[in-house]
Amino acid sequence: MTTVRPTDPPETGSGPPPRVAVEPEYGFPRSLFRTLARIPVPPPADPRTWRSPLRGTWLTSVFGAVLLVGLPIVIITGLLSYIAYGPQFGQAIPADVGYLHLPYFDWPSNPSWLYRLTQGLHVTLGMILTPIVLAKLWSVVPKLFVWPPVRSLGGLLERISLLALVGGILFEFVTGLMNAQYDYSFGFSFYLAHYYGAWVFIAGFVSHVVLKVPTMVRALRVGPDGSGAFGRWLNDGVAETEPEPMDEAELAPLAPNRPTLSRRGLLAMVGGGSAMVAVLSVGQTWDPLRPLALLSPRGQSYGTGPNDFQINRTLAGSGIDPARLGAEWRLTLRGGATEVALTRDQLLGMPLHTATLPIACVEGWSVYRTWTGVRLRDLAALAGVPDPANAFVQSVETSGAFARATLQNNQVLNPDSLLALRVGNPGEETVDLSPDHGFPARVIVPALPGVHNTKWVSSIDFRPGTG
Amino acid sequence: MAAFLRSWRRFYGENPLHLLSVLGCIALSGYVVSLVYTDPSAIWLAVWFLGAVIAHDLVLYPLYALADQPLTISRWARRRYGPERPPRVPAINHIRVPALGSAVLFLIYLPTITGRGEDALRFTSGLSTAGIWDHWLLITAILFLGSAVIYAVRLGVAARRTARDGADV
Repeated sequence: MTTVRPTDPPETGSGPPPRVAVEPEYGFPRSLFRTLARIPVPPPADPRTWRSPLRGTWLTSVFGAVLLVGLPIVIITGLLSYIAYGPQFGQAIPADVGYLHLPYFDWPSNPSWLYRLTQGLHVTLGMILTPIVLAKLWSVVPKLFVWPPVRSLGGLLERISLLALVGGILFEFVTGLMNAQYDYSFGFSFYLAHYYGAWVFIAGFVSHVVLKVPTMVRALRVGPDGSGAFGRWLNDGVAETEPEPMDEAELAPLAPNRPTLSRRGLLAMVGGGSAMVAVLSVGQTWDPLRPLALLSPRGQSYGTGPNDFQINRTLAGSGIDPARLGAEWRLTLRGGATEVALTRDQLLGMPLHTATLPIACVEGWSVYRTWTGVRLRDLAALAGVPDPANAFVQSVETSGAFARATLQNNQVLNPDSLLALRVGNPGEETVDLSPDHGFPARVIVPALPGVHNTKWVSSIDFRPGTG
Repeated sequence: MAAFLRSWRRFYGENPLHLLSVLGCIALSGYVVSLVYTDPSAIWLAVWFLGAVIAHDLVLYPLYALADQPLTISRWARRRYGPERPPRVPAINHIRVPALGSAVLFLIYLPTITGRGEDALRFTSGLSTAGIWDHWLLITAILFLGSAVIYAVRLGVAARRTARDGADV
């Protein structure tokens, strides 16, 4: 019943030839390492522990190539989020990061979906890559237990850099996934941990890419059997699947089991896992798929009314006495010669502008709404500072970290930047903001991180330019 | 030059660029540590950093590797001691795939599925995580059922093919 391919060696009845490990290169002191290597070791240091016939340089290179494209996107969008928080005003967290940041620039307020895109990519792509990261780690796990654990000074240093790489990525994924799901049991500041952790990961990642890209490119080009036929390894079914040849990377198994899964089967399984996570998580930023975001807290709907959209801080959570948001509420504008105080009715009497803008959270979710309110630049002109350097917005709330925010010049002057009084479903009539969404008035600025769109605004301080 | 490179390699074990790259990594990591070690939470950052590695490499990985053992052992046992005729369609991946799919979702969404973020979520958004555990069970059921249906179809196709081949012979 078995089909013998023309390239197969003739059956001798003694099974395939025994696989022989490639002698690794040892540094100084060579005799010590050689002696250590001769000592018989128990599992998991014994290379016979690792029996999957699929592990090998080629397979690891496939996962590595996907991550080499995906992870830089996650890294850069993450670093951009730090810029979007406005580090020039000391309101990015952590505030002082030495040289560890992208070059500072004023975060654009156009296009309005910019932060929605960058942060949606950061969080969602991170989640989608999780199965691939796990598969990559699975594929290299024999290296962790290899005997002797180091073969040279270079090997020792590389192990340290791998701690930055593996520890970095696991730390970033664990803290990121926990924060996006409101689990703060780590007890430290998420922003601080995730930002510094990212730089340790970047250190490990860049070093690893420099060291391993040549191996990856070679493995992908020549294929696992040296034939140059990438496709063959994807055409092989379970029965045809052979282990990769032994090489100095020490990933291919010395004593492989018979395959129970083909390479294409494994890749389909990992890719399918990522696709499933994509389907279940994209809904938190993309309304048509929101019903499929079955496992995200932000997949839940508040209803269909104009004020039924995601809340990031409830009025109850803010600790504000609701009486302070009633008739006694005033908006105070500062910066000019005299303070200006406005009631809500006076604000409604000013020229109103309506814009449809997303509100996008650092946690990765976003929603589109139509907002009606007074342009921030009109308020700046009213205050007597028509071209402010920046504007400091203070909420009636005083306790939280995001009860205030400083806006850049471009964010104040953007014609769609509003002190919103009303909100509605995209493209529909707007109604008064609900208390949870910032009644009597809240800021909404295009492409601004969600938490900086201050709710329950009490004052805006327009600071004159220096030039 | 070539002689230097040779003796360098004999001493260090890798080429000089390797040293440059790993030293760069260690220097940058060291700079991060120098910025963060005065923070009161620095010790917990270190604990979670190392804890994440230990949890993955020495707990999670062995657990799922062991979980796969019954499948591979039973397959081996069947081949060794079972009837001569191999199974028409191996079932092993029809168990592996939905189990892994369910497990990876549990891992990614663990705080929500287990309700660990419940209090903070209610405080910030007024939402609760009630029902999300059921969603996970539902998705798990769909994965296993879907896998079972595909298995049944493959089994049927294989049986028909065997019957037809048998008739031809």
